[in-house]
Amino acid sequence: MAGLIIAPVVAIASEALTPSLDFWRDQWSTRLPNMVTSTLGLLVLVGVGTLALGVSLAWLVSAYRFPGRTLFRFALVLPLAMPGYVLGYIFLTTFSFAGPVQSTLRDWFGADAWFPEVRTMAGASLVLCLTLYPYVYVLALTALQEQGLRTWQVARTLGHGRIRAARRAVLPGARPTLAAALALVMMEVLTDFATVQYFNVNTVSLGVFNILKGRADRAAATELATLVLVFALAVIAVERALRGRARFHQRGARQFLEPVSLQGGRRWAATGLCLGVLTAGFVFPVLRLVTWVEIGGQVTARQYLEHLSKSGLLAGLAAVSCLVVGLMVTSGSRLSGGRATRWATRAVLIGYTLPGTVVAIGVLVVFKVTGDLMPGVTWQGRSLAVLGTTTLLGVLYAYTVRFVPLTTATLDASLEKVTPSVVMAARTLGARPGRILARIHAPLVRSGMMAALLLVFVHTLQEISVVLLLRPFGFDTLSVWVWDLTANSAWEQTGLPALTIVAVALVPVILMIRAGTTSGRTPVWERALVEPAMTTPGNRGAGQIGGT
Amino acid sequence: MRSPKWSRMAVLLALLTVAEGCSALGAQEEDVVRVYSGRHYGSEKAFELFGQETGIDVEFLFGSDADLRERLKTEGEDTLADVYLTVDASNLALAANSDLLRPLESKTLVDTVPARYRDPQNRWFALALRARSIIYNPEKVDPSELSTYAALADPKWRGRLCLRNSTATYTQSLVASLIAHDGFDGAKAIVQGWVDNDPQMINSDPEIVRTVSKEGCDVAIVNHYYLAQELAKNPGLDARIFWADQDGRGTHVNVSGAGVTRYADDPELAQQFVEWLATEGQEVLISESDEYPVNPAVNPADLVKGFGPFKADELEASRIGDLNPDALKLMDEVGYQ
Repeated sequence: MAGLIIAPVVAIASEALTPSLDFWRDQWSTRLPNMVTSTLGLLVLVGVGTLALGVSLAWLVSAYRFPGRTLFRFALVLPLAMPGYVLGYIFLTTFSFAGPVQSTLRDWFGADAWFPEVRTMAGASLVLCLTLYPYVYVLALTALQEQGLRTWQVARTLGHGRIRAARRAVLPGARPTLAAALALVMMEVLTDFATVQYFNVNTVSLGVFNILKGRADRAAATELATLVLVFALAVIAVERALRGRARFHQRGARQFLEPVSLQGGRRWAATGLCLGVLTAGFVFPVLRLVTWVEIGGQVTARQYLEHLSKSGLLAGLAAVSCLVVGLMVTSGSRLSGGRATRWATRAVLIGYTLPGTVVAIGVLVVFKVTGDLMPGVTWQGRSLAVLGTTTLLGVLYAYTVRFVPLTTATLDASLEKVTPSVVMAARTLGARPGRILARIHAPLVRSGMMAALLLVFVHTLQEISVVLLLRPFGFDTLSVWVWDLTANSAWEQTGLPALTIVAVALVPVILMIRAGTTSGRTPVWERALVEPAMTTPGNRGAGQIGGT
Repeated sequence: MRSPKWSRMAVLLALLTVAEGCSALGAQEEDVVRVYSGRHYGSEKAFELFGQETGIDVEFLFGSDADLRERLKTEGEDTLADVYLTVDASNLALAANSDLLRPLESKTLVDTVPARYRDPQNRWFALALRARSIIYNPEKVDPSELSTYAALADPKWRGRLCLRNSTATYTQSLVASLIAHDGFDGAKAIVQGWVDNDPQMINSDPEIVRTVSKEGCDVAIVNHYYLAQELAKNPGLDARIFWADQDGRGTHVNVSGAGVTRYADDPELAQQFVEWLATEGQEVLISESDEYPVNPAVNPADLVKGFGPFKADELEASRIGDLNPDALKLMDEVGYQ
């Protein structure tokens, strides 16, 4: 299974084996250094930014009470529904020199009114932080919730202040989760080009995209893509290092800290911070899109609904496909635990580290090779090479390659809870792998599965490169519609489709939030599996989750 | 328990995807022309009109030009696409040189499209033209201060220029035309001069037009139709067109055009479509996009007509396409962002 997943990557990589040395010599002295430093800079800025923002917000809404806290706890996840590139061009058109903000400033304060330059690394980082911090935020919340804060309580009894106790007792335990979140964020930054392209930040991914566009030199593009891969491997290595070697089995009651009310100015500062972040990352762009909506403008209701249904269908199919494959890969590695399967799990990560266009071309190559290898097999009178682009198979294959790591990551995190002893016990009792999968792993990862499905759904809904390249005739989604407009700088016309993407993406995001809040009620038998066998009925009552 | 559920899901998945594909290929009995189009701005009206006038349906898939070429390369003989419609001479040249288009024998096209706007081997034909020229803010600049593209390298324009990034095909083609006329080193000196003038790099022509109007910069180089569009939205716009190099080679003109794919299912039908676009379909094709028609018998839209006549560079579009790699190399060397 993992082999199928990495096939497109291998196909692409084989093209990279014949390097065009002249090209590389030229690039080394011209564009490459700048690309590398830009990518590094962006990774660092966004990594630090999202970590700071996500962790501090998660801590804020968990540990303190202030006006609007309950609302913000959920609402701060909403920016996930906003595609990064949409926020990017909204940001640019609003705050650029010719935009309304600077124009008004010049009206008030004269032609020399100063405003920071937006087409910079800082601008790009800000936009990316705003769309990506929810990953860190959600995972930090989960970490805080699932920590079993006995250690925190102990630290408090030893006299530490609340924050210090958190830093010394909670943070180390949260490291793997935070490391995973950071890795996720950095991968998103690495493979992004749609957001950075207008900010004059030339990352390596943007370089790949431009080479494909301008030179039609597939080999050079894939060679550059290997650079993206190098960065990605570095990110993964960093994540593994941060994660530490500890094994985190869920033990102890899921208690949480009692929120403390903030006093005076701090209350409003907290509210202000949350409100500010939410406004910048969600409310403001949504309002801007609303002002751009022209009903009855360029499309009929029927066309609109067609785009909408295609988007929904594709996202749903991709989510299911990724989940199925993800489950197979994760449980496979847990059950056999052999070296091969462990490497297989790592190998599928590759899809996530490559820009969508590269994966899509890899898929094209795989279909071509398949068609060439089986010339006798035809479908509807045509060779198998066309199967990818005349059906949804190509798009779905590419999405699976690209997004399966999202499902394996969430499933992995859930499965961390399962103690190896349970699995071993089941096997000694004669259960076959399938039964273990069904009766032990699967129920435990129900929430993980939900999260995986919803994550892939949101990603697919917002994705452009793959669907643009591989879709069959007549299959135009909302994101394709948006692309068509932005390719022509017609940003003000994207109001309706972009807003619809956000609205549809809100559904899974809200579902994820709700699933998070109801996780307090876990089935008794699950608790029994993860708590020490010495759990008494009395303890169980006390072990109910204090806060959700 | 879960395994059967999965296999059911997997089967459902497979059925759905194949079903999507069936609908795509099902309509093979009627007359259909399938177009891969890298060109946006309202081509759909033209497609619809063709369908109404001839009864031949037009199915189109738009996408980025490079993507579409990759698809054509992979699909090979079994491609569904009959026509490749795109923008910019370099894209057409790349398609032709990758052997994706077939030479046409069409008297209509040869008579309608001037020789410099079609492939020497008749693999593609321009359908519309766009001029990339200088725009200026009349409050800050007097037209007498402007002359050629090269003159923008003069230090007097330092800090007053807005230019489009090197990644835009329009920029690449402009630089390619400079190379064609002035040689690699000559063009390099010009572009170096532009870079030395510390231009604002803005990756969007409409944004450039608006920035000029708001006095963010005084002069810039854009495609004419973007100026037309912004003027239509805002008649009070402070931006005017200046036709570059009128005393010399003429203003740089680029093309958008089409060719019939090598493995088209019905090449004659496809050719009929391309011919129609160059003749009866010209007017509707350029009406939405504000481009210049390639057919001399057709008039451009009124707003564009208001820009006045100009001397166009007679450089062959195919040469612009062929010099694209050199243009890229040049811009890498001078650090043009």
